[in-house]
Amino acid sequence: MSSITTRDAPRGFSAQQYLTCLTGIVWREGLRFLHQRERFVSALVRPLVWLFIFAAGFRQVLGISIIPPYETYILYEVYIAPGLMAMIQLFNGMQSSLSMVYDREMGNMRTLLVSPLPRGFLLFCKLLAGTAVSLLQVYAFLLIAWFWDITPPSSGYLTVLPALILSGLMLGSLGMLISSGIKQLENFAGVMNFVIFPMFFASSALYPLWRVQEGSPYLYYLCEANPFTHAVELIRFALYGQINWISLAVVAACTIVFMIGAILAYDPSRGLARRGPAGGEG
Amino acid sequence: MTSSAPSPEPQEAPKPNTAAVPALSIDGVSHSYGQRRALIDVSFNVQPASFTALLGLNGAGKSTLFSLITRLFGIQSGRVGIFGHDISKSPGEALRLLGVVFQPRTLDLDLSLTQNLLYHAALHGISRSEAAARSAELLGRIGLADRAGSKVRDLSGGQMRRLEIARALLHRPRLLLLDEPTVGLDVKARADIISQVRQLVTEQGIGVLWATHLFDEIMPSDDLVVLHQGKVLAQGPMNRVVTATGAQDVNTAFMRLTGAQTLPGGGA
Repeated sequence: MSSITTRDAPRGFSAQQYLTCLTGIVWREGLRFLHQRERFVSALVRPLVWLFIFAAGFRQVLGISIIPPYETYILYEVYIAPGLMAMIQLFNGMQSSLSMVYDREMGNMRTLLVSPLPRGFLLFCKLLAGTAVSLLQVYAFLLIAWFWDITPPSSGYLTVLPALILSGLMLGSLGMLISSGIKQLENFAGVMNFVIFPMFFASSALYPLWRVQEGSPYLYYLCEANPFTHAVELIRFALYGQINWISLAVVAACTIVFMIGAILAYDPSRGLARRGPAGGEG
Repeated sequence: MTSSAPSPEPQEAPKPNTAAVPALSIDGVSHSYGQRRALIDVSFNVQPASFTALLGLNGAGKSTLFSLITRLFGIQSGRVGIFGHDISKSPGEALRLLGVVFQPRTLDLDLSLTQNLLYHAALHGISRSEAAARSAELLGRIGLADRAGSKVRDLSGGQMRRLEIARALLHRPRLLLLDEPTVGLDVKARADIISQVRQLVTEQGIGVLWATHLFDEIMPSDDLVVLHQGKVLAQGPMNRVVTATGAQDVNTAFMRLTGAQTLPGGGA
């Protein structure tokens, strides 16, 4: 252990140090996730309920014609699988971002934010770490779904990865932006009602948009404008080795906008100041 | 911008290069939460190789001040410098010289001691091999080397605090902030931690800012800053502050300064 160094520490940080920081944050998030089995199970049960129960009941009601990227008639289960993958990421993004801004993870955010690296970079790492956790959840879901006859081409498991990373980042930074922007966001139920459900239902996750258009053109436009629709379509096409360029452009643009907004709006004093005297810890 | 109270003087012969620059300089800092003013024109310095006690009751503004020094909150007015680096203008340079122990526990309970330390090292861009070596060394020094692989959850409160202090030292800071680090610990654990931190001051020349509301943690040779309702009421070497109030001990001095009727808990 050194005594006082007589010269100033070197200025700035090397690319190697940035990388060390990034891998460290992702590594920790992964370790923590492995210790939270309940969180893992509940993250899996939610889409599986949709898959096993909702889809099974619904497949007789809703006929799916052949639409890209599918080349044959498909079962309804196969259709909603990408939507459920995106749903896992939606929940994960909202949950981890909320806990970043509000109390639960405040202590951990403090240790993160006293790192000398730029705050924007730290928040980006944190979002990437949250995305990495969502990837574990999604692949676990895909594994179970495989036994349920949802069998995309084996190369699809690889080609879907970049799509999942991008959509995970988009949904995570959206969550962070929302939780920074709304003052009275008391609990997760509010986010469910006002963000998660509308985004999920007004999207192509559960039904192809051409069917929506038959019912209501306005709803169709709403679905088309919903970034979540494009996350779903990006994942859907990538799972079959294809690129939906429009969705890619929308998701990429939204990711950039949400992330910049989230980093600018992030204010750790919000979570602390709410708790009253002496900045919370008195 | 300096307040009227006398500035603390360096306690010991300062190191050649650091003589002119305080480890920490707080200069005219004010902070409000909406209408409520948490800090009002606070100014004081912490010298290298000195132990400065920040004494105040709960709600005096200590934690707010810590949040400002650690860049957690933006500075509303005034200036915070760490070895001359402005925390607002060059936070990276300032923060790499700073180690912090926050009042609430901020360890990952389900991770091992070593994993907690490696995570912190990564946040400072310290390579894995270097981090592993430093972690092992620090764990040895705080007497927890044999627990390196255990979960933090299984440690006692005192052991967790020692681990947090070790973690704060991992990147070799020259200024260490501790926010009421002994709260909730038994007598033995408190004494261990206090002596551990005082050793850092004398042996390694680290400047320490120790926030507390417990009078018996302060020694006559310490620098003292009395913070009350967001204002600095007195500062300087402890014995001088005590004498200036005409009191016999820091306890009475504090009561005279603040007009407090009752003692805060745990003063004995």
